[in-house]
Amino acid sequence: MKKTYSIILFLLVGFVAQAQDAIPLKGDELFGSLSARHLGPALMSGRVSDIEGHPTDPKIMYAGAAGGGVWKSSDGGVTYKPMFDKHIQSIGAVAIDQKNPDKTVWVGTGECWTRNSVTVGDGIYKSDDGGENWTKMGLEKSERISAVKIDPTNSDIVYAGVMGTLWGPSADRGVYKTTDGGKTWNNIFSVNENTGCSELVIDPQNSNILYAAFWEFRRTAYSFNSGGENSALYKSVDAGKTWNKIHNGFPTGPIGRIAIAVAPSKPSLLYAVIESNSAETKGLYRSEDSGASWKRTNGDFELAVRPFYFSRIVIDPKNPEVVCKAGLSGSISKDGGKTFRTIGSVHSDIHDFWFDINNSNQITVCTDGGIYRSWDGANTFDMVKNLPLSQAYQVSVDNAKPYNVYIGLQDNGSWYGPSESPGGIENRDWFSVGQGDGFRTYRHPTKANIVYSEMQGAEYIWRYDTQRKQQKVVKPYTIEGDPKLRFNWNGALNISPNKPDRLYVGSQFLHRSEDMGETWVKISPDLTTNDPAKQQQENSGGLSADNSGAENHCTVFAISESPLDENMVWVGTDDGNVQLTTDGGKSWTNMVANVPNLPKNTWAYHLEPSTFDKNTCYAVFDGHSQNDMKPYVYKTTDTGKTWKSIITPDVKGYARHLKEDLVNPNLLFLGTEYGLWVTVDGGQNWSQFKNNMPPVAVHYLAIQPETSDLVMATHGRGVIILDDISPLRQITKETASKDVFFFQRPATVIREQSAFSEGGDAGEYVGDNPSRQAKIIYYLKNRHTFGKMGIEIFDETGKKVADLAAAKAKGINIVDWNYRLKPPKVAAAKTLSYGGFTSPQVPAGTYKVKMTKGSQVYESSLVLKADPNSMHTDADRKLQNETAMKLYGMNEQLAHLVDNLNTLRDSTAARLAANTKLKKVAEPFIKELDVLKENLVVTKGDNYVGTAEPQLREKIAGLFGEVTSYVGKPSNAQLTNLTFLETKLKEAQAKFDGMKANQLAKVTAQFTKLKMPEIKLRGFDEFKAASK
Amino acid sequence: MKTMKVLSVAALALLMSVASYAQTADEVIAKYLETTGGKAKWEALKSVKTTAKIKMQGMELPLVIAQKAPNKMMTVAEFQGMKFYQGCFDGTTMWGTNQMTMKAEKSEAEESENMKDQSELLDPFINYAARGYKVTLEGKETIEGAECFKIKLTRKPVKVEGKEEENSSVYFFDTQNYVPIVVQTTIKKGPGKGMVSETLMSDYQEVNGLMFPFSMTQRAKGQKDGQNIVIEKVETNIDLDDAMFMMPAEKAPEVKK
Repeated sequence: MKKTYSIILFLLVGFVAQAQDAIPLKGDELFGSLSARHLGPALMSGRVSDIEGHPTDPKIMYAGAAGGGVWKSSDGGVTYKPMFDKHIQSIGAVAIDQKNPDKTVWVGTGECWTRNSVTVGDGIYKSDDGGENWTKMGLEKSERISAVKIDPTNSDIVYAGVMGTLWGPSADRGVYKTTDGGKTWNNIFSVNENTGCSELVIDPQNSNILYAAFWEFRRTAYSFNSGGENSALYKSVDAGKTWNKIHNGFPTGPIGRIAIAVAPSKPSLLYAVIESNSAETKGLYRSEDSGASWKRTNGDFELAVRPFYFSRIVIDPKNPEVVCKAGLSGSISKDGGKTFRTIGSVHSDIHDFWFDINNSNQITVCTDGGIYRSWDGANTFDMVKNLPLSQAYQVSVDNAKPYNVYIGLQDNGSWYGPSESPGGIENRDWFSVGQGDGFRTYRHPTKANIVYSEMQGAEYIWRYDTQRKQQKVVKPYTIEGDPKLRFNWNGALNISPNKPDRLYVGSQFLHRSEDMGETWVKISPDLTTNDPAKQQQENSGGLSADNSGAENHCTVFAISESPLDENMVWVGTDDGNVQLTTDGGKSWTNMVANVPNLPKNTWAYHLEPSTFDKNTCYAVFDGHSQNDMKPYVYKTTDTGKTWKSIITPDVKGYARHLKEDLVNPNLLFLGTEYGLWVTVDGGQNWSQFKNNMPPVAVHYLAIQPETSDLVMATHGRGVIILDDISPLRQITKETASKDVFFFQRPATVIREQSAFSEGGDAGEYVGDNPSRQAKIIYYLKNRHTFGKMGIEIFDETGKKVADLAAAKAKGINIVDWNYRLKPPKVAAAKTLSYGGFTSPQVPAGTYKVKMTKGSQVYESSLVLKADPNSMHTDADRKLQNETAMKLYGMNEQLAHLVDNLNTLRDSTAARLAANTKLKKVAEPFIKELDVLKENLVVTKGDNYVGTAEPQLREKIAGLFGEVTSYVGKPSNAQLTNLTFLETKLKEAQAKFDGMKANQLAKVTAQFTKLKMPEIKLRGFDEFKAASK
Repeated sequence: MKTMKVLSVAALALLMSVASYAQTADEVIAKYLETTGGKAKWEALKSVKTTAKIKMQGMELPLVIAQKAPNKMMTVAEFQGMKFYQGCFDGTTMWGTNQMTMKAEKSEAEESENMKDQSELLDPFINYAARGYKVTLEGKETIEGAECFKIKLTRKPVKVEGKEEENSSVYFFDTQNYVPIVVQTTIKKGPGKGMVSETLMSDYQEVNGLMFPFSMTQRAKGQKDGQNIVIEKVETNIDLDDAMFMMPAEKAPEVKK
């Protein structure tokens, strides 16, 4: 760790001198072709909130993820692909236009299963091309849309159920209607600013009939309330003009969330699930008269459980008596709701179902752990393994090669997996290191077999030996004389950047361990506001008690020990304190009063002490649980005495995490609820990074110091990596003003791996590997459009080794070079020689990069170096390269020989055809050439199973391919085989040269006699330069 | 108050200048045709022969593309003495080489039918309305770091697995110079179905008074890597024999004996 920092400090010298010039480059102009890559994982997937199928084509389905966008399957649910990557990723409802189902799809954003970690939406969207492109159609302030219903008889008439804001009051709630395809909307029915439309249903046979469930609900950081006097079920029979409460048979008194469904095959039959304050009245109700009266049929656990999370009923489209109810495990009734059974084994927390339109035994289920499919009426299931929807709370990295990433996931435990793997990062590359909900997960900085992880409310903190597979609980406990410890849902657990064995855990106190969690010492008083009004979580839930730990409050949330001073620890609390100790916990100062323009009690989400200056720290505050969606990011350079906001209007979405670059202090990365933002001028200008990066909630950021990769924990799309941010470090006002600027690059380590591909992952998600090619990275002031532009690479002797296509975008461009020569030219034949597709690697060294752009030439260089951890010696590599190049030359020598032979044969044959007098000399000559050729190249067969016996060409090319594919010493057998083939080639050349000297001389004499031109043969260089 | 006034005057001026620069699709197209050689010259174009190299994974494949009015087309790559024909069309039949047998095979009938319109040599923006095409300006978008006019071109419908479908592409014309730098088309068939294919165009150079892109990169939208075609030579209005566009009769493949 120390070593890394000294290198970084050395690199830094060049940067400190630079003043913070504002650099007004924005977006694409800055990022050019820098692009993010997605790792997944999809092994455990993540929460899916809604699913809809096509009305006539059972192969087509759309799934809306809680935080991961819209995914479409066109193959009956085997594979899904993301369709909504340019837009906000929190999905409430998906709807397909029954009249135009191939084209028109609507999406209401903002998840409606309102758990503590739920994200936000920003309106309603429409696609007219089957989900490829989307247009926002308004309702920007809706935050959460519970349902979109399209009139089955008129595509221009659409209703939206707007549930509205979770964290505060809002006038933008209720039922909205458009009659012009979404251009304009009217709020046709609302209740009050605390009560939203939580479900909306349209009668499939009479589109004037609508049912709307209204729900009174509110969440704060420390409480949740479901229910009240205003929750109710309403019906309209005049397309939304008038609405009437339909409660005949429902319990009186306050009501909570209501689920409602109309039987598609019998619209007079309705089912509703009612949340009430009495065990005798909550549960499933049935109406056989279109809602005029209701009868309670069942109050089983699965029907009444956690209504805020599970209020959905789905009815078999063919059989009105088959009813599915979302729940902790999910349940199904075959007798119209009288009795239920739990569905087969799937991930817990079921949110929605979909019945296949033709086969009701085929059921798709959406859970907190992705999508499952059953073919036997929801008894057994298999999981869809290509939905990388994991919701990470945090990410960390280790120093392995390749490095691993560590994540904790909503309802899906804690995991680690590699940042690269042969063939891509597959589901099987991930390892579980914690259960329950996962949060902060770390590899011990020096002990490679130790991982720390935790579950919700720090109920467990584990130290896990990944080699021996042993877990030990290492949490702190209440000590004599102390009050009960309070831990956040996402409990503060951090490791020290200075002392490898040191751990911190935050309750209302800060606890420190110097021995990997064996012993804990409390090193602070209560650092929170300790407001008793915010510690009533056992009363949380409203009508249904819901004390899961999600509302634990007045806790330490952020802990950051300064990387420059082990006694300096910054602590942020969820109730808005920023506490600092500079003496290892002996004394504490609350700094939050010094932060300007920050609303009181705004959650101190992250503190980022600078790696450059110990008096500098960044603080990120998140106000969304106080219904404040603005980003708050501040910087202090005087140890917290004064703070300055570094947010500009460029930044959208409330912020959670900031990462200071390790090399350039002006380069900062910010994760907000709407994605990733980057500044290269210390916060004077921010740009959203969008290249292969959806606007997904970014909860946490890490930088791997050796690879300079920015690793993001997204809450809905797993881990996303922006590889090698070093070009961004070099952006200054000066570089941005040049027409062309080459970024300095570290040496590229030559890859030695030649792994087998593994297979067996059909239908599974495979995460992207990084490119390990040598990269030429440059900045272009303008997009290149007119005149030639290309890149050539030369070795130290000035020999050209590669010709590359240039990238031409305005901004940062990346050109990959596989550091291989062009494949050799191989002899013409009847079939393909795969040696002709093989190219040898160039040796380590410094290479000149020459860019020609119109009439201008720009030069740079790049360095290739051998892997310092290689098992091969320089002598091995040299022998490999010499052998490969010898075979390369032999391929081309043979190609030239065959070219000359073909020319002789064809030209002689042509002259013979023109004049039969040549017959006597020409015929035997042609015959002799054909015989020689048959031993050199394949003259029959095809490229598949009609393959002919290999000849000299195939043998040389084969050995060439085999030697080239391994960077170390060729085997002795290969070297012997080389000698053998060299002899054969020599013999062939000698034979051909002999024929040229003898028979050709005779033939040529005849040509001259008959006044025919001599046959011209191409020399080697002429042949090599020609395109044929 | 005074500052406000100054600001609002400045804003108004800005607004007006923006308004006066507002373009219609027809204006963009007119400028494009003018910049690249003029409508008359494009209409007079009867044949094009392009000699190029495809670059992929470090390899180079020599390529010849021939086009002849109204809609004949042929692409041939030569490698290890063998000729690979792809996407060839003689006005009636589309064909190409099967790479296993090296023999010419016909494409699906509906592909041939679709090619009749798709392979027209005449620039699709010329007299587009009379040819039954539709053009709409879909605003501006920054692509390749450059601000562009986004113009959707809808050609005659194509048949996809028997069903008629809209055939449209989105052209991005650089607002600075009015040449298209990117074309996006949704793939309608095969394993890439639903994906958007993107062609990047650059290195425009003049050939007999017309501007041609001498570099084209084709890739899936959102991907960094693709197939780059570097054009070495463009010849216009030269004689091209009709026979070169026709599928060879059932006979042994072309190989030098």
